[in-house]
Amino acid sequence: MSEKLLDWNEVLIGAAIKDPGNSKSYETGSWRVERPVWNPDTCIQCMFCWVYCPDSSILVDKDGKMSGIDYDHCKGCGICVEQCPSKPKSLTMLLESEVKGKSEEEIRKEVFSK
Amino acid sequence: MALLNELAKKKEGLVNGHRLCPGCTHSVIMRQVLAAADTDKYEIVAAAATGCFEVSTGLYPYTSWNMSWIHNAFENAASTISGVEAMYKVWKKKGKTNKDIRFIAVASDGGTYDIGLQALSGAIERGHQFLYVCNDNNAYQNTGNQRSSATPFGANTTTSPNGTIKHGKEQPKKDIMSVLEGHHMQYIAQASPSNWRDLMDKVKKALDVNGPTYINVIEPCTTGWGFPAQDAIKIAQLAVDTCVWPIYEVVEGKVIINYKPKNKLPVEDYLKPQKRFAHLFKKGNEHLIEEYQKQVDRHWEWLLKREEAGIGY
Repeated sequence: MSEKLLDWNEVLIGAAIKDPGNSKSYETGSWRVERPVWNPDTCIQCMFCWVYCPDSSILVDKDGKMSGIDYDHCKGCGICVEQCPSKPKSLTMLLESEVKGKSEEEIRKEVFSK
Repeated sequence: MALLNELAKKKEGLVNGHRLCPGCTHSVIMRQVLAAADTDKYEIVAAAATGCFEVSTGLYPYTSWNMSWIHNAFENAASTISGVEAMYKVWKKKGKTNKDIRFIAVASDGGTYDIGLQALSGAIERGHQFLYVCNDNNAYQNTGNQRSSATPFGANTTTSPNGTIKHGKEQPKKDIMSVLEGHHMQYIAQASPSNWRDLMDKVKKALDVNGPTYINVIEPCTTGWGFPAQDAIKIAQLAVDTCVWPIYEVVEGKVIINYKPKNKLPVEDYLKPQKRFAHLFKKGNEHLIEEYQKQVDRHWEWLLKREEAGIGY
């Protein structure tokens, strides 16, 4: 919400929006209480997390494979963890307060090396 | 149907940054619908009725729709999209465009079963080419869980509350599929986001029909139904496995059941995790669950018989 909103005389007729998909700039990641953490070593690339993610927050590389999680938009609902079919699960939920200040690599090591 | 990896590479029709609740399946359904559309062959133009989905994806000056999208009012998603479609036909005739465009209207149960029914009925009767997707969340969830005609029997809502004399909604859910069958459309289907492949196949099939089509999709609502956010897809799967939400299609009047659960679960399994049905499990209310089961069984057997008969029009 950092950019300036339009003035009344700049608004297009019919409240049209010229820039489709501009809600991307609004980050909903701050809503999150818990965050999913991904373990690429056990991931079987089934993409179920991608197809069930309500917030399009599963990052996809150029081959259509999962490559991480978009923490700017992930609301932390946990559907991806619930639906992950690999054994052991390749995704797990962690409290945001527990991961504060740690890098993604550190968190991964802590959770999945046990 | 392409593999998920193939679909994941495509441009997303609905992007993130929308303000739906965490764990809301509205966007799951719409992402699956738009991923299924063969956007190499044709473009999609969508219209939405007022509802949870519209207010959270079209919050001015933002839009989560990465495509052409129009919103008009609560009751007229179907007539809005038919107007757009009529204009497209004229443009094509006059040579103003040579694009292949397909149309999708999205609404929730309030905008379909109740308020939008006459606009939908009219648009279907006029025979416009559009796919109508109803995300059925069983009540007016946008304004805080008021009863609609899609609310199932026994559900506790703010306008059909559980008390000492009455126990949730007294009437059964409206069978919208049968209502729409009366329009003799070419393709009507019921689907669930938990069975994504089935839903995507149906969308693909529906978009290729040159005329009105309808898909009814269950949309578990974490706040209104009262279950933890991560269980949304699980609840949809339970609805399918208990036959509360049968997955089937009606192709020119002929019923085809796409998924028959190997062992049909009792409705308790579906009702138990949801807070809106908590009062049914109190002592003395057993007859309500029996009644619920009876309604579900009756509808399921009726469908099985219709499939067996195989009669179309």
